[in-house]
Amino acid sequence: MSREWLRAKYSAGVGLLLFLLLPGLAFADGPQATPNIFAPASTPASDISHLAIFALSVTAGIFVVVGGLLAFAVIRFRDRGDKSDKREPAQIYGSNQIELAWTVVPILIVVVLFLTTARMIFAIQDAPKPPHAVDVTVVGHQFWWEYRYPKLGITTANELHVPLSSDKQPQPTYLKLLSADVVHSFWVPQLAGKTDVIPNHENLTWIDPKAPGLYVGQCAQFCGIEHADMLLRVYVDTPEQFAAWVKNQQEPAVQDPTVAEGRRVFETQACMNCHTIRGTAATGRFGPDLTHLMSRETLASGVIPNTPANLRQWIENPDTFKPGALMPAMQLTDQQLDEVTAYLETLK
Amino acid sequence: MSATTLIPRGPVTTEEQWSLPSRGKIAMYSLIIGESAIFTIFVVAYVFYIGKSLYGPTPQILEVPVLNTICLLSSSFTIWLSERALERNKMKLFGALWALTLALGAVFLVGTGFEWYDLIYHKGLTISTNLFGTTFYSLVGLHATHVVFGLIGLTTVLIFTLMGKVKEEHCERIQVLALYWHFVDAVWVVVFTVVYILGR
Amino acid sequence: MADHTLPIGGTLDVTPERLSRPTFLEWVTDWVTTVDHKKLGLMYIIYSVVFLLVGGAEAMAIRIQLMFPNSHFVAPDTYNRLFTMHGTTMVFLMGMPFLFGLANYVMPLQIGARDMAFPRLNAFSFWLTAFGGLMLYYSFIGGSGLYGVGNAPDVTWWFYAPLTSRAFSPGHGVDYWALSLIVSGIGTLGFAINTLATVFSMRCKGMTLLRMPLFSWVVTVASGLLLITITPLTAAQIMLTIDRYLGGHFFDTQAGGSAVVWMHFFWIFGHPEVYVLVFPAFAIANEVIPVFSRKAIFGYPAMVAATVGIAFISMGVWAHHMFTVGMTSVSNTFFVLSTELVGVPTGIKIFNWLATMWGGKIRFKTPMLFLTAFLFQFLIAGLTGIILSIAPFDWQLHNSYFVIAHFHYMLVGAIIFAVSGGFYYWYPKATGRMMSETIGKWHFWLFLIGFHVTFDTMHFVGLEGMPRSIYSYPADRGWQHLNVIISIGGFIQAIAMLLFAYNLIWSLRKGEVAGNDPWDAWTLEWATSSPPPVYNFAVEPEVRSRRPLWDLKHPEDPDWKYE
Repeated sequence: MSREWLRAKYSAGVGLLLFLLLPGLAFADGPQATPNIFAPASTPASDISHLAIFALSVTAGIFVVVGGLLAFAVIRFRDRGDKSDKREPAQIYGSNQIELAWTVVPILIVVVLFLTTARMIFAIQDAPKPPHAVDVTVVGHQFWWEYRYPKLGITTANELHVPLSSDKQPQPTYLKLLSADVVHSFWVPQLAGKTDVIPNHENLTWIDPKAPGLYVGQCAQFCGIEHADMLLRVYVDTPEQFAAWVKNQQEPAVQDPTVAEGRRVFETQACMNCHTIRGTAATGRFGPDLTHLMSRETLASGVIPNTPANLRQWIENPDTFKPGALMPAMQLTDQQLDEVTAYLETLK
Repeated sequence: MSATTLIPRGPVTTEEQWSLPSRGKIAMYSLIIGESAIFTIFVVAYVFYIGKSLYGPTPQILEVPVLNTICLLSSSFTIWLSERALERNKMKLFGALWALTLALGAVFLVGTGFEWYDLIYHKGLTISTNLFGTTFYSLVGLHATHVVFGLIGLTTVLIFTLMGKVKEEHCERIQVLALYWHFVDAVWVVVFTVVYILGR
Repeated sequence: MADHTLPIGGTLDVTPERLSRPTFLEWVTDWVTTVDHKKLGLMYIIYSVVFLLVGGAEAMAIRIQLMFPNSHFVAPDTYNRLFTMHGTTMVFLMGMPFLFGLANYVMPLQIGARDMAFPRLNAFSFWLTAFGGLMLYYSFIGGSGLYGVGNAPDVTWWFYAPLTSRAFSPGHGVDYWALSLIVSGIGTLGFAINTLATVFSMRCKGMTLLRMPLFSWVVTVASGLLLITITPLTAAQIMLTIDRYLGGHFFDTQAGGSAVVWMHFFWIFGHPEVYVLVFPAFAIANEVIPVFSRKAIFGYPAMVAATVGIAFISMGVWAHHMFTVGMTSVSNTFFVLSTELVGVPTGIKIFNWLATMWGGKIRFKTPMLFLTAFLFQFLIAGLTGIILSIAPFDWQLHNSYFVIAHFHYMLVGAIIFAVSGGFYYWYPKATGRMMSETIGKWHFWLFLIGFHVTFDTMHFVGLEGMPRSIYSYPADRGWQHLNVIISIGGFIQAIAMLLFAYNLIWSLRKGEVAGNDPWDAWTLEWATSSPPPVYNFAVEPEVRSRRPLWDLKHPEDPDWKYE
């Protein structure tokens, strides 16, 4: 009896699998809070999900056949505890024909899977880059992301903005992946598979998001103590939004005389050794570029919302939100904290 | 917990000859396979990093260690001769050839020492100088370490020979040790080719 | 228990009767200085069970932490240490020593030898392995120089450069890892050499290689594989140590070194290692499934060929752990093919086990229950392996919880299940007493339920984009519900494991007396007493077929007529 139960459990498992996968595909036209790989919104991710469904069907088929045979054997050939029958079953040592059959059939399945896979590898990995593609250089740092747009002259951090790539107006984004320290991995499941970000080893990946909105992901290669909080946020903008964003980012930092005290704190308290604010003396490269800090929705690589209170607390002691972050607590006085927060709050 | 044992005897006693290979040789061959994998990794690292140093001395500063190589390779020959001498129970000849092997190996090691001295003190290449230094000293050093272990084995046998303890029946053990020595020499051929010919 | 009494008896009692019980000191000295393969085997196994419990405790801490988003059960650095040590422990201190222990105990008995080829090397290997493990765990209490207390490695079990360099890992965790695994690696090499020498030079009369029980065959192939897989790791660890202590630049990306080279070196070891770990499961299945199905193994030569084939192919698949590092499309394609080809010999194995059961009279004692579950789970683990070999799909799944689910299906669902079955099967041989069937059944069902609750669910959280190695996750990702289920399953498994440990201890005194051959089995280890005497066999046995005890029990229809 227990055997049937086991078998029922497995059929339930397969059913559950299909049940969970299909709704995922149905919603496949927009960003989601849960970055399900079966909710693709970009060509590489969508191609992969189709291949995945194919592979899952093939393996599910194998499972049903072999698992079914096994369940049958378990039920049919179990010892029924007949004490009077002491005979051993017939001893069978093997059969070349049968064994040949179950060698050849798997080989055929492997050939099919392999050819399908190979085609997809070349289609995604060697896709020709269109001349009008947006170029972004992604630099992985412990534990945040730097984004440079070499053609547009923009440097920003942690929130990647890319244009929508509609079918009418295709505009893919090509990401060149570099690392400043250790190995990271760039993974936004709804947009593309992951690609590692390796020091001294340039990688390339591409996305062409089909629906606007915010896509989330995170670093997928362990990179140190705060690896878990190295989150990824990709904002897919409509062409108009993107143009406006680019225009704002290209401006130098806002110069607001009312927060001159805060700026002085920033420039005298070692903040500027690590951070750049374009148009001021601060040109550090170790931490994120803060020129347009207020254009970002989050702080600390997506860990906390960008509110004045969070910003102040973050500056006071980054470990409150991200224990192990490389930014030190600078031991600022309350007044200095207020001033520098006020200054940063002007950097729209 | 009885020490009693039931022994199954075969239903029919096989009359055929039952011989199995020497466990010492099997073990040494296994060790050689394992060691080969270690050397492969170091050789691959060396080859991969040829020309990848960002600064510092390049492999052009190396001088081909001709004498060393001749000594080490001929020691393989002398150890083979000494094995044959032992098989024929010519103990004096065995001892002499064995000592010669040991001397040739020692010359190799001393030669490597001089080479390294020159590299470190005159040419400014240490293990931490650059990638070339790291890979060079690691690979050549790994081989030299094996030569050292080989020399310890050879010396032990030589001492026993001088004490008159080595007999014809030890032939197989001597062969096992000789196998290791041949391996060390064979590795040198690879290291020599990679470091002094391909990499220079 | 057996219906048959073996018709031929030969007795030899060379040990004088002990007059008094040994003192504690004598007992310790006996075990520490022993060169007996059975005692060393038992020590290996006890060592691996201890580390199974330790690694399991680490897993429980991990599961408590991940039950809730933004959890603070342990600090991030502690969490990183926990999962690094969990992985390292289960692979190096539990999985491999278990193989060594079981092989040490059973293999010489099966091939009719009196001990391993080099008993003292055997003891040396064990103590090196043991010392390596203890040194690794000493890192938890050993200080990091003068400025810290405790410094276990915290950089994942694959130790990717350059995170392991002095600049990014200033303490001594990496050093503990590299040095202790170099030490235990030498022990492993010793074991492998010893096993090969034993198999090739110590078989009893009549036991040609193709009459050797499949268990011993698998152990042999695993040893051969170990020779060429543990050594690259040792080499890479030597390089890492050179980098850290002598200022070398092997993996120093600032000086032109390559992080990718470390990945290659690690996975050239790492992938075949997975097969080394799964081989004990194959070995156990090869014994337990035929005995409890009451049939000879189906397709013995094909099973041997498949084992060798898996070992051979496994050496050419390592870069499927590296589909995301940006290899060329051609290399990616090559590794897809080689990886999928592993499915062919693995399929042969599954089908042959299935065919062995087909037409048999399957007795569902505890060992067979575990092995049946092993077959189911091994099938699924193999199929998710095929899924992961599809490189583009792997770009999504790599380093996600889907991968964790896949390899735990292999390591727990296949290996731990088979190993548990192996325990129930050989325990009577080693102790003279049966393990309790009642506790055994509880152990089995609880473990089966807990396993599926945990690891079936884990696949889905991976498909939802949850990466591995993270100590917390944002609340809005929607991963919490599945994680709660996964953790609950984990706790059920923990209860099952504790029952198992209890059973091991309880049965030692209270178990039913087993007799020589409680399962009515066919290989030579069941011909000697339980536990076997120091010399195993008083008279060297002589065999004519793969199942010498079958021949004895069925003189009217012996195996050798058909081979």
